[in-house]
Amino acid sequence: MVLGRHARGLRLAAGKAGQLLFVAWAIASLLFLIFRLMPGNPLAAFIDPSFTAEQRVSLSRQFGLDRPLFEQYLLYLWNLAQFELGQSFFYRQPVADLVLGVFPNTLLLTLTALLLAYGVGLAGGALVAWRRGGWAEKLILPLVLILRAAPEFWLGMILLAIFSFSLGWLPAGGTAVAGATSVGFFERVLSIEFLRHLCLPAMTLALYLVGLPLLLMRSTMLEVLDEDFVTLARMQGFREWTVVVHHAARNALLPVVTAFALGIGYSIGGNVVIETVFSWPGLGRLLVRAVQSHDYPLAQGAFLLIALVMVTMNLVADLLYRWLDPRVAHVA
Amino acid sequence: MSPSARGRLGRLVAWLPLRDPLALAGLAIYLGFVLVALLADQLALRDPAEIFYDADYRLLADLPPGPDFLLGTTSLGRDVWSQLVHGAQSALLVGVTAAVMVVGIGTLVGLLAGYCGGLVDTLLMRLTDIAFGIPFLPFVIVVSAFLEPNLWNVVLAMALVLWRDTARIIRAQVLSLRARAFVEAARATGSSHRRILFVHIAPNVLPLSVLYGSIAVGWAILTEASISFLGFGDSGTISWGYMLQDAYASQALSRGIWHWFLPPGIAIVLVVAAGFFIGRGYEERLFPRLKG
Repeated sequence: MVLGRHARGLRLAAGKAGQLLFVAWAIASLLFLIFRLMPGNPLAAFIDPSFTAEQRVSLSRQFGLDRPLFEQYLLYLWNLAQFELGQSFFYRQPVADLVLGVFPNTLLLTLTALLLAYGVGLAGGALVAWRRGGWAEKLILPLVLILRAAPEFWLGMILLAIFSFSLGWLPAGGTAVAGATSVGFFERVLSIEFLRHLCLPAMTLALYLVGLPLLLMRSTMLEVLDEDFVTLARMQGFREWTVVVHHAARNALLPVVTAFALGIGYSIGGNVVIETVFSWPGLGRLLVRAVQSHDYPLAQGAFLLIALVMVTMNLVADLLYRWLDPRVAHVA
Repeated sequence: MSPSARGRLGRLVAWLPLRDPLALAGLAIYLGFVLVALLADQLALRDPAEIFYDADYRLLADLPPGPDFLLGTTSLGRDVWSQLVHGAQSALLVGVTAAVMVVGIGTLVGLLAGYCGGLVDTLLMRLTDIAFGIPFLPFVIVVSAFLEPNLWNVVLAMALVLWRDTARIIRAQVLSLRARAFVEAARATGSSHRRILFVHIAPNVLPLSVLYGSIAVGWAILTEASISFLGFGDSGTISWGYMLQDAYASQALSRGIWHWFLPPGIAIVLVVAAGFFIGRGYEERLFPRLKG
């Protein structure tokens, strides 16, 4: 039976969504195993010794901690499906509220850094490809590889030492000055104070991330610049700038768009260190603190949310790639 | 072994990317790195964990670089230079063991999935999908914190996730090799599956494994540094990440003690970048061939 393009697309998306659910389930199960394999009392994963008797009984019932392991597992999945992640030992608040509360901070940091990195990376990559073999290429390529080789937290430390401690231009950490009154989300996020705090962590992350779009753009541009339609555009007498931007760069964007989507997922997982260096109140720092203070439910919840974002972005990247490149769609 | 496989394997060794200046620099850095790691005890001059006092039993803290302490001392009176040299040892250990495990698992999974096909392929590739869904650094943090925090658990946690890239690439390569004439010929002359897989196909994907290995060395060193920096590392080992964590926690940044927190970072950059440079050198030689 010949399916229409839309029907085929829908079936593909459904299949991919099934794959996402499968991977999410597998990771959740893996996490269940890791947390149950922890030495000591299995109840320790959910119940802190300092909880009141009432809290213990209610949590025990909610997570079925008095039942056999398999039932606990099913209950765990059932709770997860409803985003019921338990109670944090340290903060004495529902884990779901805590992780969702800091998620916007992580997302803002990641997106700012990615946009910065991709803006600079695309322009740089196109330039390097266009001026192939020039001084820019000789200088930029090793520099980019070196930036990718530097530990993110060390780049952050250097920027901190320069811009915050030596020059005193930018704050050293956090998202706001102490004692600031909280206002609405957008008002807070768009305030000068918040943006000043965002500068250094976003710059650090962007420096680290800029290599991938630059190298990717360079190599696809090199391929595209050799293709017939670019030669044709040149022969038609378009200016070189028009050829590079309108004909070559547009077609070189495909792998870059996919990498951007993947980058969101990977950076949110990798932000852990940058958020720690700059005391940025995000998901990664929450995870580190939770693991340090043996706050198991919180650690588990933060990990799962990071994993969920990553798996979702993997799917988005996959679909984007197929959608943008008809050749791939037909082969699949 | 097929002639083309032997030829390619020979080229892998003989064809160290010597004409590419960046790759050459990478090889030189690797050589220096390995030498420093092997001669650490001779080069260190002092015990990296020892706390030094002057004649009046005052702590020799935060000394600037000088003839006695080449890179000065830490806030606890330890010798930065000796720590740096010993850090090379743990970096080499972590880098090489992790790379061997990553490439070993990845190559085996890729070979089996690509060659067997069918159910084996489906199962292994679903496993790879799962590995791609695991956030790498958070996973290493959780595993190494819950197991005992030591160097081997960090390496194990890395290997459990990082094989995914190698596996996918090797599988794709095996799929294209499986249909080639020399494999057909081996099959027609009655070679066993094991022989075809390990004697005819494996040597042809080995250069790719080496490429991914040289990159994995860098990832492993970077990851160990991050884990140590976050405080989940092996407390008994002096690594570059531990040094940076020590400096960060002792306010070396606000006090401007550059000679403490610059050298370990530079060491990491050099070694990791060397891996990338060598990888690129190989890549540029391998890929025109692999496309054909």
